[in-house]
Amino acid sequence: MNLFSLLVWAGVVLLGAAAIGGIALNRGEPINALWFIAAALCVYAIAYRFYAAWIAATVLSIDATRATPAERLSNGHDFVPTNRWIVFGHHFAAIAGPGPLIGPTLAAQFGYLPGTLWILFGAVLGGCVQDMVTLFFSTRRNGRSLGQMARDELGNVGGAAALIATFLIMIILIAVLGLVVVNAMKNSPWATSTVAATIPIAMLVGLYMYKLRPGRVLEGSALGVILLLLAVAGGGWIDQQPMLRELFDHPGLPLAFAVIGYGFAAAILPVWLLLAPRDYLSTFMKLGTVILLALAIVWMRPEIKMPALTQFVDGSGPIFGGALFPFVFITIACGAISGFHALIASGTTPKLLSNERDIRMIGYGGMVLESFVAIMAMIAATVLDPGVYFAINSPAGVVGKTAAEAVATISAWGFPVTVEQMNLLAQQMGEATLFARTGGAPSLAVGMASIFGSAFGEHLLALWYHFAIMFEAVFILTTLDAGTRVGRFMLQDMLGNLWQPLGRTSWYPSMLFSSAVVVAAWGYFLYIGVIDPNGGVNILWPLFGISNQILAAIALCVATGILVKSGKLKYAWVTMLPLIWLVIITSTATWQKLSSADPRIGFLAAANSLSDKLATGMLSPDKAAVAPQLIFNQRLDAVLALFFVALLWLIVIDMLRVCMRHLRGQAVPPLSETPHYPTRLEEAWARD
Amino acid sequence: MGARLMEALRKLWRVVRRVSGDDGYERYLAHRAAAHPDVPALPRRAWFALQQQQKWSGIKRCC
Repeated sequence: MNLFSLLVWAGVVLLGAAAIGGIALNRGEPINALWFIAAALCVYAIAYRFYAAWIAATVLSIDATRATPAERLSNGHDFVPTNRWIVFGHHFAAIAGPGPLIGPTLAAQFGYLPGTLWILFGAVLGGCVQDMVTLFFSTRRNGRSLGQMARDELGNVGGAAALIATFLIMIILIAVLGLVVVNAMKNSPWATSTVAATIPIAMLVGLYMYKLRPGRVLEGSALGVILLLLAVAGGGWIDQQPMLRELFDHPGLPLAFAVIGYGFAAAILPVWLLLAPRDYLSTFMKLGTVILLALAIVWMRPEIKMPALTQFVDGSGPIFGGALFPFVFITIACGAISGFHALIASGTTPKLLSNERDIRMIGYGGMVLESFVAIMAMIAATVLDPGVYFAINSPAGVVGKTAAEAVATISAWGFPVTVEQMNLLAQQMGEATLFARTGGAPSLAVGMASIFGSAFGEHLLALWYHFAIMFEAVFILTTLDAGTRVGRFMLQDMLGNLWQPLGRTSWYPSMLFSSAVVVAAWGYFLYIGVIDPNGGVNILWPLFGISNQILAAIALCVATGILVKSGKLKYAWVTMLPLIWLVIITSTATWQKLSSADPRIGFLAAANSLSDKLATGMLSPDKAAVAPQLIFNQRLDAVLALFFVALLWLIVIDMLRVCMRHLRGQAVPPLSETPHYPTRLEEAWARD
Repeated sequence: MGARLMEALRKLWRVVRRVSGDDGYERYLAHRAAAHPDVPALPRRAWFALQQQQKWSGIKRCC
């Protein structure tokens, strides 16, 4: 390293340290969002330049002369050696979903600091490492999936645990995302009509791409994006028509049933009609909006109004119950470390890599970018007045049913807000009310609308708000369809072992049956989430976080096992440290979810407190009617959380057993790495 | 100047088509011509349907 680059990196370190110090030590004074951007960029740059490069060279021994599976098995459709920027685009589009937008929004109840630090350091030490090593190990194994690698390297127990964890996570994930969409559409004719319009628009684009002009995805997408923007404006027009707005004005429950019915229809329709075209639209929308948001933040330099820490670090938070440790680490999974990425980094992306040296940029760099999206979501949540943020995100069951009750409760916490302020904001956003719009999407949309509005025109606030809602809904629905379909394939695969015909993915009865089972499973959790007066998000989001972190722990177990078996014990801490941290936070969170006496945290405490109230007749008739279902659900959630953590410990112990046997010189499953073939591809750029 | 700008725009357009998969069929034809010149290639619509079906049978989208 020469003197010039030494000076540059010393400058980056100083700027990063100053920015983080400023964010962390600031108390009471407003702080500019640019400091967050500066801190993030410096942390990412240092980690990418030094830590990731060291892992690539020393821990993984990346070998640029080795032919990748894409080269050796090139077949023109799934194995295709591809330019690294293109692979980066595909990989990022696949890993970045609604998760990194919602988690930070919810975790902002602790203040801006804990979530921001976890997003930064969790990503560079945990999430990016997980994505990169999984991508590397899968590339060395012909692009095998995480489940297959777990079975090959650890044994059948690990393989089965990975498979079951993936399936259950999918169910919880779809339910919680469905709940977010339902809460965004609740009693909002504008949002509901716009989201509803995205379905025929996607089908129109599908027909265009399949029947009219097969394969011309850019033409079809351009048409679709224009129609989507018209649908946002059209929703505003519908909202003004007394007759039409009735059609789209619904409470949560009918909307939940509509989402469930839609999910079933989408799962059995051919992919070209709905899923594939909507995915093109959601990818363009996602990239466009993320870039626009970054530009608007840099352009506007908004002030952060949320304090660094709030009193809710003690566990009494209105949005979800539970103390800072461990729940901030559970709430923000995507954006810091997300096990789901291991499913993309194994299987899909390795089949496109043209050279192993691209693994650092795609695996580590892709996750760095997702972490940056999470930082922007944190900024969008914390530029709101804290009083407004809590009024939007707190469920009615916690702060009170009427507007007057809610503002009194929230103001008493020290976050002043008035009914007039909330009404004015709702009117500006084109909504009837913004109280108790839980789930994170409405508050993110208000935050984005106020950033976009101040950058590109205040009078368009309502359009920006509904644009943001549409943008979130479009890719939540894509995840919902794609997840249901994958869940169906996994279920058919498992059922095929019991009765062979059920395993045939194209057999119509099996397809209907397994789709119905998957939709019923997530539909159940969605239904309970909607009827729960405490907002459902309070239960479902932590459950999703725990399951996603457990999947990450499984991926890190596989990676640690492979490192030890390859004789790299002295470097195994690279995956072992994040693994230990995940085991600590998920086990602690599960323990608290099971044993806490606070009904806002403990599943069993909540079930007992509700059944006591039911027995003594303290509940109003409408609450008493749903109480038995809520009690059953809380107990079911307790069993589920216990099952998740048992699965985690099973695979951790299995990994330790394999490592110990290897170190003692006893027989273990052999490394399944493919042999070395020299690459024959020229410089990666020359091909493209 | 104008020629270089046009060249840059053309390159950008190629990148956009490549990232979005818009040029997928052309690349498929090129692959078939190079690797299996004796087997007739699929027509455009059949190729697109097959490609979509394969793309969405695994985990392709995340949270």
